[in-house]
Amino acid sequence: MAVPTIIRERTPQLIVLAVILALNAIISPGFFSIEIQNDRLYGSLIDVLNRGAPVTLLAIGMTLVIATKGIDLSVGAVMAIVGAVAASLITSGYSLPATLAGALFVGLACGIWNGALVALLDIQPIIATLILMVAGRGIAQLITEGVILTFNDKPELIFVGSGSFLSLPMPVIIWVVVAILAILVVRRSALGLLIEAIGVNRRASTLSGVNSRVILLAVYAVSGLCAATAGVIAAADIKGADANNAGLWLEMDAILAVVIGGTSLLGGRFSLVGSLMGAMIIQSLNTGILMAGFPPEFNLIIKAAIILIILIVQSPASQAAMANFRANRQTVAIKTESREHAAR
Amino acid sequence: MRTLNLLAATAFATALSVSSAFALTVGFSQIGSESGWRAAETSVTKLEAQKRGIDLKFADAQQKQENQIKAVRSFIAQGVDAILIAPVVATGWDAVLKEAKEANIPVILLDRTVDAPQDLYLTAVTSDTVFEGKVAGEWLVKEVGDKPCNIVELQGTTGSSPAINRKKGFDEAIAGKANLKIVRSQTGDFTRTKGKEVMESFIKAEGGGKNICALYAHNDDMAVGAIQAIKEAGLKPGKDILVVSIDAVPDIFQAFIAGEANATVELTPNMAGPAFDALDAYLKDKKEPAKWIQTESKLYTPADDPQKVYDEKKGLGY
Repeated sequence: MAVPTIIRERTPQLIVLAVILALNAIISPGFFSIEIQNDRLYGSLIDVLNRGAPVTLLAIGMTLVIATKGIDLSVGAVMAIVGAVAASLITSGYSLPATLAGALFVGLACGIWNGALVALLDIQPIIATLILMVAGRGIAQLITEGVILTFNDKPELIFVGSGSFLSLPMPVIIWVVVAILAILVVRRSALGLLIEAIGVNRRASTLSGVNSRVILLAVYAVSGLCAATAGVIAAADIKGADANNAGLWLEMDAILAVVIGGTSLLGGRFSLVGSLMGAMIIQSLNTGILMAGFPPEFNLIIKAAIILIILIVQSPASQAAMANFRANRQTVAIKTESREHAAR
Repeated sequence: MRTLNLLAATAFATALSVSSAFALTVGFSQIGSESGWRAAETSVTKLEAQKRGIDLKFADAQQKQENQIKAVRSFIAQGVDAILIAPVVATGWDAVLKEAKEANIPVILLDRTVDAPQDLYLTAVTSDTVFEGKVAGEWLVKEVGDKPCNIVELQGTTGSSPAINRKKGFDEAIAGKANLKIVRSQTGDFTRTKGKEVMESFIKAEGGGKNICALYAHNDDMAVGAIQAIKEAGLKPGKDILVVSIDAVPDIFQAFIAGEANATVELTPNMAGPAFDALDAYLKDKKEPAKWIQTESKLYTPADDPQKVYDEKKGLGY
């Protein structure tokens, strides 16, 4: 059978996504209906793509970091910092390109800070990035001076969060472009392989000539850039920078997206496509819960239960059991076949 | 000439010492500045003290109870006339409150109460969050009259006491009105982002928003987010969907000016005003105040000159 490798490898994620979307459609009819409103596509599926933008972007950077056996806990706080920077730049009269450049630069600087702690000082990633996770929200509050810094009169920045292009919301366009760029860069060059090599064994790859310091620094920088993009989108979406709440707990969703997508936290092999699907699975779940109209007390319980089921299905133990089952069936089939042959 | 100057100076000094003999010194232990409302409470407290000629000693606890207790002890050591505390948590105050009582310094609690015997503090000035919800509900009942009205509700953080109480008060107000019905209720975590996201799903789940007549949000921030979602769905907030919320932060008045919100109930940052009044009556006339002073939950609508209120509030550091 000529199933493309990418689909064959991601079958579990595809099945989970399909099941969750089907459940959503059963619970709230009209989930799949898409119409054109104000010249843009409008519907729950579009909401999933649109609302999933921040986690998707974070998951792209997070995948590369996790592939090097690292982790980046600071991405939510970086979103808050960058949102605050973008809001204060645009309100003090800078143009959109200057604002975006400034915001992305700050995100990049945050990423390089994390990368330097990990790659140059050899601090464990979970601790190194915890520093910025804790301090970041404070920095963001210093920038906004403790208020929600609004920019209701700056349509050019608001467009990034709630405008549309080719009938699709801007956040969707942005994450799709970033994802394609990331996949091309890591898979059309040796970079992906080198990242995996560091994740499997940093010492061995260094000894065989991989410049692991530069690559480590680079993946954290990319993660910072992705977080910056997500931060600008989140701020533009609500026309203001909310230092207290922007990106709050999203690092956890991003890590979850990567894990559901089939990348191991132990580093090594990674799949960006898998992480994107992981992010979409999480967002379909969130949107589905909101549409279903359960009492809010159940939100987190339902989410946790479904994610537990997904992880159990994907666990090595149940994968092995499934492989066994398939192999048995095949042997049975072969035996029957040969018996039929013999009978003739 | 020189004698005159000297005389004037002496008179001035005497006047000063007399006035400072009457002026009160009050210590204020604030939680921190975790929200715009908290910052506004701090600046209003300073303003109210200034208005009354009170010498206010301010201590920011940065969300830590141990800092608050330290601050209260230092106020006692300085021999202030009274202490205001906005307690960060409800428990663990007995010991330090006893110390203040032994030093004969009255303590007034602001904005939140504590789990301690009532004789350990003079009074508590807080808002009634159930009543806030009720005021919002009563406004809506009056506004829609006998027309059928499907309400969607954006709750605060699940399990938090303002979310529970604001829901309770609103439910009480619309109870018995058969034409008013809450069709969807979901948490928006008190934030703009979640308010917007949840409102998007409400609109899609309720026939593109055509079945929704009013939105009740437990705070203004969620309402501001929801207003954007309503606009992006091609509906007019404030007209197609009525918007009522609680807090009265400056940004909701901007929405009033744009005709996109209909009512908000104020959670006043002026807790110190009533506290100073009660303190004054207590110190001068030995009048024991009630153990709980409820602040006013004022209803604002676009008829209340939103531009003026916005300008006033914006200066308070929200």
